[in-house]
Amino acid sequence: MFNKQSKLDKFILTLSNVTLGIMVLVVLIPLVYVVIASFTEPTSLINNGISLNPSQWMFDGYKRVLKDGSLLLGFKNSLFYSVSFSIISVGVTLFAGYPLSREGFVGKKFFMTIFVITMFFGGGLIPTYLLVKNLNMLDTVWSIILPGSINVWNLILCRTYFQGIPKELREAAIVDGSSEVQYFFKILLPLCKPIIAVLVLYQFVAQWNSYFDAMIYLKSAVLQPLQIILRSILVQMQPVPGMLSDTAKDTAQRQQMSELVKYACIVISSLPLMLMYPFFQKYFEKGVLVGSIKG
Amino acid sequence: MVFSKYENSGKTVKNLRYMKENYQLYLFILPALLLTIIFKYVPMYGTLIAFKDFNGLKGIIGSPWIGFGNFERFLSAPNFMELLLNTLKLSVYGLLIGFPVPIILALMIHRIKSAGIKKKIQLVLYAPNFISVVVIVGMIFIFLSPIGPINHLINLFGGNNISFMTEPGYFRSIYIISGIWQGAGWSSIIYLAALSNVGQELLDAAVIDGANIFQQIRHVDLPAIKPIMVITFILAAGSIMGIGFEKAFLMQTSMNITSSEILPTYVYKIGIQMGDYGYSAAVGLFNSVINVVLLLTVNGIVKRLNEGEGI
Repeated sequence: MFNKQSKLDKFILTLSNVTLGIMVLVVLIPLVYVVIASFTEPTSLINNGISLNPSQWMFDGYKRVLKDGSLLLGFKNSLFYSVSFSIISVGVTLFAGYPLSREGFVGKKFFMTIFVITMFFGGGLIPTYLLVKNLNMLDTVWSIILPGSINVWNLILCRTYFQGIPKELREAAIVDGSSEVQYFFKILLPLCKPIIAVLVLYQFVAQWNSYFDAMIYLKSAVLQPLQIILRSILVQMQPVPGMLSDTAKDTAQRQQMSELVKYACIVISSLPLMLMYPFFQKYFEKGVLVGSIKG
Repeated sequence: MVFSKYENSGKTVKNLRYMKENYQLYLFILPALLLTIIFKYVPMYGTLIAFKDFNGLKGIIGSPWIGFGNFERFLSAPNFMELLLNTLKLSVYGLLIGFPVPIILALMIHRIKSAGIKKKIQLVLYAPNFISVVVIVGMIFIFLSPIGPINHLINLFGGNNISFMTEPGYFRSIYIISGIWQGAGWSSIIYLAALSNVGQELLDAAVIDGANIFQQIRHVDLPAIKPIMVITFILAAGSIMGIGFEKAFLMQTSMNITSSEILPTYVYKIGIQMGDYGYSAAVGLFNSVINVVLLLTVNGIVKRLNEGEGI
């Protein structure tokens, strides 16, 4: 079979693999750079670039970040928001996906239309903000957890996955005398671990990485999630004073330290998801496929 | 006539009986329904303030109607054309440049024989998707700063420092390239999933028939991913005006504002920061209307080109 491959084909395949290799490097190099830079003495970083020579490695950036409580507080808040958001969002989505997956469910089309419309039309930023304000949810955790919790894509994904579960299972369960609720929790959900894993990951990541809702809804310092604190350090260039307190007199040193602190912040804040997503990798293709075929 | 009436009422009775017997199913759907109505449909009603001289004390109903006053104010604003063009350019360029990359990526990954290498490549290419937009923009600022590594390289090759983040001309390129860097790998998943669905037999058959690599792609791969390409393109076109508030807002500096101010960031500034709710809601609504028009237009064009199949 391989004899049939012409020289041109082989050339193109090689070219394609080389291109792919370059793309992998293009993605990898900035990430590796940040990690190495977070351990490198800032003066030598600016003058000589990154170096793999361990004698120049230092943990000063991490010490400063961890010594100051603000990033840790953000970490804690983000963990709380992400966990509770995933539970509410995925829970509600699973509940709603079940009746929508049932054949002969009266009102299926009506309910589906109500959900799908919101994919294309929305009230927009200002009316949503005014609603949250009128519900007295400004500056509360609910403003972060509730408004975005229904994701219609995920709902369709869920419904389609349920449709793939054999009907006979439910019929047998009903004959054995279990109610819809018992069937749902005891038989259906245990069969849906892959889709639940994917949805939880999606929602957790979405919440962990978002800053916008927190920026418009939250005022109190104690409620701020990680991304808001990162924003002031990385984007607004306002280093947290506690991280640089001892360098206040020397402007040059302060500037360099603030660069080091930035790298350390990037690594610490991105680490949890970087360690988490490889475990979900085998579900990714399955997840999108389920949604795209019948969606 | 009488018969059909009887049949209709029979259907209603049947439906009501079904609902009564299966009330648990309706309880299942209730929480999602409530959340959707409160947080999606109530704000749609709230869009009415775009046509009012909104006053927080009087509320949505009590504020006086002013018809299209807010829209007229926006259309005659000196920065109207700039905002509209910035928004359109950023998203249209982003779509045209960004759309093909994940497809090409998927075609290349699909041709890798070793499952282990394939998995490792995917693992690397998916990684940036899990980095937050704040960190991405932070990295952009660090890498492109006057003392950052990119300018370091430029200096090494004898060039002069370029101040990327303060030069309006660079904003769109930086935005789009960093977007591809972050998202192309992840977006290729859906195409890879469709490709892996084709089955090896079809590809083997094509190879035995002497198809070269371009013929394989044209006759085996592309037909497999075409439906997904169509849907992805239409949806992307439909969200053109809703693009990346989050990233554009973070990438804004006072120096690049002439190309980085887009409609969503403008709405945020006049609405949330300055409290001009009615006017900013009108700008937001204007944005959504353009969005829907674009969605319908693109869907119509694609349908015509694609033998009647759109969404």
